[in-house]
Amino acid sequence: MTDTHTIQLTLKPGQHDGDGQRVAEAAARHLGLRTGRVRSAALYTVRYPLSETQLRDFATRCLADPVLHDVRLNELSGAEGFATYILVARRPGVTDDEGTSAQNALADILNEPLDVHTQHIFSKKLYLLENDLPETELRRLAEELLGNKLINWLEVGRVADGIRDYTPRPGGGAEAITEVVSLTGLSDAELVQLSKDNIYALNLEEMRAVRDYFAAVETQAERQAAGLPADPTDCELEIIAQTWSEHCKHKEFAAVINYKDTETGEEKQIDSLFKTYIKNATSEVDRQLRANGNDWLIKVFSDNAGAVRINPDSLFVWKVETHNSPSAIDPYGGAITGILGNNRDPLATGIGGARLLFNTNVLCFGNPEFDGQLLTGQLHPRRILEGVRKGIEDGGNKSGVPTVNGAIVFDDRYAGKPLVYCGTGAVMPMQFAGLDSWEKKIDAGDRIIMAGGRVGKDGIHGATFSSIELDETAPATAVQIGSPITQKLAMDFLLLAARGGLLKCSTDNGAGGLSSSVGELAGISGGAVVELERVPLKYPGLRPWEIFVSESQERFTLVVEPGKMAEITALGQEMEVELTDIGYFTADGFLDVRFDGAPVARLNMEFLHEGVPRKVLEAEWTKPEGFEPQIPSSLDYTETLTQLLGSLNICSRESVIRQYDHEVKGRTIVKPLMGATGQAPQDAAVVRFNFESWEGVAVSNGILPRYGDLDAYDMSAGSFDEAVRQIIAVGGKLPNLTPGDGIFWSVNDNFCVPDSVYDPAGNPDGKQKLAKLVRMCEALRDATAAYCIPLTSGKDSMKNDFKADGVKISVPPTVLYSMTAKMEDVRRAITSDFKQADDVVYLLGETHDELGGSEFYALHGQLGANVPKVDFEKAKALYTLVGQANDQSLIQSCHDLSDGGLAVALAETTFGYGYGAVVELPETGLPLATQLFSESHSRFLATVAPEDVVAFEQLLGERASRLGIVTSDGELTVRHAGKTVISANTAALRAAWTNGPVNHLLGVVSNDNLSHSNSL
Amino acid sequence: MRALVLTGFGINCEEEFAAAYRLAGAEAAIVHFNQVLHGQVSIHDFDVLNFPGGFSFGDDLGSGVVLANKLRYRQTSADGRTLLDDIKQFIADGKFVLGICNGFQVLVKLGLLPNLGGDVTPEVTLTHNASGRYEDRWVTLRVNPAARTPFLKGIDKLEVPVRHGEGRLVVPDAATRAAIEAAGLNCLSYIDANGDGTSEYPLNPNGADLNCAGLTDPTGQVFGLMPHPEAFLAAYNHPDWARRRRQNPDASEEGEGLQIFKNIVAHIAEKHAAAAPTVQLATQN
Repeated sequence: MTDTHTIQLTLKPGQHDGDGQRVAEAAARHLGLRTGRVRSAALYTVRYPLSETQLRDFATRCLADPVLHDVRLNELSGAEGFATYILVARRPGVTDDEGTSAQNALADILNEPLDVHTQHIFSKKLYLLENDLPETELRRLAEELLGNKLINWLEVGRVADGIRDYTPRPGGGAEAITEVVSLTGLSDAELVQLSKDNIYALNLEEMRAVRDYFAAVETQAERQAAGLPADPTDCELEIIAQTWSEHCKHKEFAAVINYKDTETGEEKQIDSLFKTYIKNATSEVDRQLRANGNDWLIKVFSDNAGAVRINPDSLFVWKVETHNSPSAIDPYGGAITGILGNNRDPLATGIGGARLLFNTNVLCFGNPEFDGQLLTGQLHPRRILEGVRKGIEDGGNKSGVPTVNGAIVFDDRYAGKPLVYCGTGAVMPMQFAGLDSWEKKIDAGDRIIMAGGRVGKDGIHGATFSSIELDETAPATAVQIGSPITQKLAMDFLLLAARGGLLKCSTDNGAGGLSSSVGELAGISGGAVVELERVPLKYPGLRPWEIFVSESQERFTLVVEPGKMAEITALGQEMEVELTDIGYFTADGFLDVRFDGAPVARLNMEFLHEGVPRKVLEAEWTKPEGFEPQIPSSLDYTETLTQLLGSLNICSRESVIRQYDHEVKGRTIVKPLMGATGQAPQDAAVVRFNFESWEGVAVSNGILPRYGDLDAYDMSAGSFDEAVRQIIAVGGKLPNLTPGDGIFWSVNDNFCVPDSVYDPAGNPDGKQKLAKLVRMCEALRDATAAYCIPLTSGKDSMKNDFKADGVKISVPPTVLYSMTAKMEDVRRAITSDFKQADDVVYLLGETHDELGGSEFYALHGQLGANVPKVDFEKAKALYTLVGQANDQSLIQSCHDLSDGGLAVALAETTFGYGYGAVVELPETGLPLATQLFSESHSRFLATVAPEDVVAFEQLLGERASRLGIVTSDGELTVRHAGKTVISANTAALRAAWTNGPVNHLLGVVSNDNLSHSNSL
Repeated sequence: MRALVLTGFGINCEEEFAAAYRLAGAEAAIVHFNQVLHGQVSIHDFDVLNFPGGFSFGDDLGSGVVLANKLRYRQTSADGRTLLDDIKQFIADGKFVLGICNGFQVLVKLGLLPNLGGDVTPEVTLTHNASGRYEDRWVTLRVNPAARTPFLKGIDKLEVPVRHGEGRLVVPDAATRAAIEAAGLNCLSYIDANGDGTSEYPLNPNGADLNCAGLTDPTGQVFGLMPHPEAFLAAYNHPDWARRRRQNPDASEEGEGLQIFKNIVAHIAEKHAAAAPTVQLATQN
């Protein structure tokens, strides 16, 4: 018996090596490298005593597929005819799900219990290349296509020199020691340097507040009594840094802002954006709702996710977050941890144990066809797109949560930091074992239980790291890889534990790890004692502070009454979820952290949660100078429409959409693509809650960053309206129109802006950026009031800049409104595509001279000035009527007008079946191009059956303009002033849309380039 | 009629699977795999054993491999008995096994499908789609008239979604292929607009040998398929439902996928009715 073994799987002769072929093709396409043939192999290093027979049995019976694979044991040699190699292993402590599964299989075949928490099997990939590429090229191929050097260990070289193997040996080094950091007598400059050196991300004023807290007489007395040093420990500073991080504390949304409008001369002081425009606005909405017998708003802004009542038995829980910084440096890991992390929010709202219903994702990327020079540390937008897409695929699909809709927005300014918005909806019973499910109650003496994955060095400083701008020195430990399967186990467990009445409450371990989760929960009871030596580790060698702030994934913190410990422990064992009792809650007002009985941290809870100094920020608004361009009026509009359909921001995303499972759980009623062709894009998703009733929820996303270049207020108002009208388009209804109608709406706002804190040297236009944020918030307040739609949760991400080589790439100020609304009967949902010939086509709403920021102008390289504005009153009146028309079943199809305006909407509504339409544009006084391509808000393209025309026109009145009829000939004809201005075959239009850059880049273009491939 | 629907360790289609049986009029119990492995629940108390879709153990070693491995090797008692022994007994008792997607992959990796040799040894495999990617799309299937399984009785064509990355059936040699065809075990094929079996992407979404989407064993009691009939329980699951209901407002609100479950529920009910006196006798003894 020996302790270390290598198992190599290669494909049998005759089995096509798809993985190898993909590497060869990608090397040629993306890097211009000629690799010759590439052969792939899977490697498993087993560090466990096995006899030769056991090893052979394990390899051939458990790992190899008898139809596909050949097995080699304990030899790492190349095959004949291959000159070079690349070996892709993982760095110490990086999640290795494949290794874990192999270990599981080994335990089964040996029929002996293997310590599943020690890694015995390490999975790797080996690529053999035919051509003798120099080492620099091999390394480039390895780092840019096969691995990420922050996560992977990459070996490259000549086969003739012997293949170098690498197996991680995690741990070692650090001992469990706690250091004291002296703040006494430090100068301002030294305080700032200390913060920078340790990635505390605290500014001078905050560092001073920390210093003053520790210097205070009462603090000194308390510390002496508790046996702590006078100066703070490393752990204490880390706890403060992450608790006070922008990520956790939203300091800029809480700041005092002095706002000045240079145009009107108006000056005002805003006492917290969050309080003024978000919280207070929702309170007012709630007052109006309750006054009208609509008391479905249950939980807002106070937990991991917002909750609204569906019916007397159940709650809908809704949360959207971003995961931008991690996705910039490791797109796959960033996106998958984003999804899984966001899933944990609804899972751990209130008591915990909600059932996840769906995911939705909105992504903002730089141009994937960018061919310029990248900055140091900057990843190519295409690579970010592909990595993020794959992360969403695995994060959603492997968790069994359908990705029901989303959006992808392209703009060059997202090339430094992409925006990755992840949303998750869930359903929770109103009560678990007789207790209100949404409440978090904790008493002194309740146990603190860590559940799920173990703790390693991954994710240390994630919370503080995401609160600073990104540069080329991003720390490797800020990157994590999620494990959907580990989380699925914990999710299944939570579901049963909550239903069995075993959980008092729970929260997730996300940013800030235990420090954040225990710190927040301790705020409920008034204190906690944590014994860090009990925390199970992935490997030894973590310092106490590292254990406390590590963001290792797939973990929950549970609150359990002492009397229920035995039962919950047994359930955890049965379901193979590790539960560890790491301490208890107190009511003494202190967060008390220990290691082996020795004090590691002891912080006053009030100072920790309330002690952060308030920021005072300056905002100054100057309206951008804009002008309306001259576009020749002699354009060929058929050609223009075709170009728009094939443009980056409008073209089909089918290749992305189809790689997401959008119908697991069997409840998705309106999917992203519908119709007989499966290629008609929809405005919002509709999902039913269960199989017993037809109640469901509509889900939409509004995001329009381009308009922010003209006016951030109109951009924000328009984004809000876009999300509302998408829900109206699929048959949703506005809330509170009738007393006690119970139609809930639940909205999350997500602001992603560049650094908006003015600094004369580092951020000279900071005041204007902050003014944009203020205006976005003002629009938000106006919109919620106008529609009586409440916000229930949200998030802000404030430093979306990437700096390297003296260049800064900042995202445009962006806000996403993610909306959900109850559908009383999903069978009455409306889809966007035309349903039958001779149905009458209507334009609902008003078109204005608003081509500013439009895709039509973008096609001509112009921005324009006349940004679309929302008239909330008119919009609300229209949406109310559309709802009434749906109640009477008068609408056969409905599509909202957005990017590309009426012309693009007309084309898209033909994509479901191959219908056409004949349309006559009315004489409105607006130029033809404006009628066709203006992106004026609050408009729909709807069709009505001939027999319903009278009733429909009576109801909608002047708000509906009759345009023409649906035809069966597959031709789209648009006439204006007696002339045909667009004449196109709708199959050709669909082809232009389908063969756009996104599908071209990521899609299976034709049957010819399919390979009958096997991957290892 | 009682259906056991397995869950746990990354299985994720158990809810709609159980709903399918309930809508078809049967009882369905969602049971964690470890409860069966540790003997708290016996499969023999049920009529149909169901392996739902998902990503059991993350599909890290190939789809379904780790779960199949557990069924084959993990001993459940001191005498070396495994769950596979129980499943063999279950089938010998005339009971039924259904695997969908990842569940189908488990049955194939285990050798329960197609099981030409009768000794539960892997004979074919399911591997990466020809497209090299996971895909969610709707396909049309035709039932092989030669198929002998009560699950597919009376069904000619079926529209269902596929949602997989490893659904390409590979049959290693001509002899196996011929044996499968001769016995009509390739019970479902991907078809084109003319109703003919097709290898054309995306009508055949994965490039499967024999254009095959599902298999039965020679008894017809074990049935597995890559597509998801349990995702088409209501007419409103179909991507073109809105247009179709406009054309035909009085059509059934049931989805086509439900028929498979109604079939097996009806078949077992008939069997029970026929066997009722014997059961009573056995109870008296």
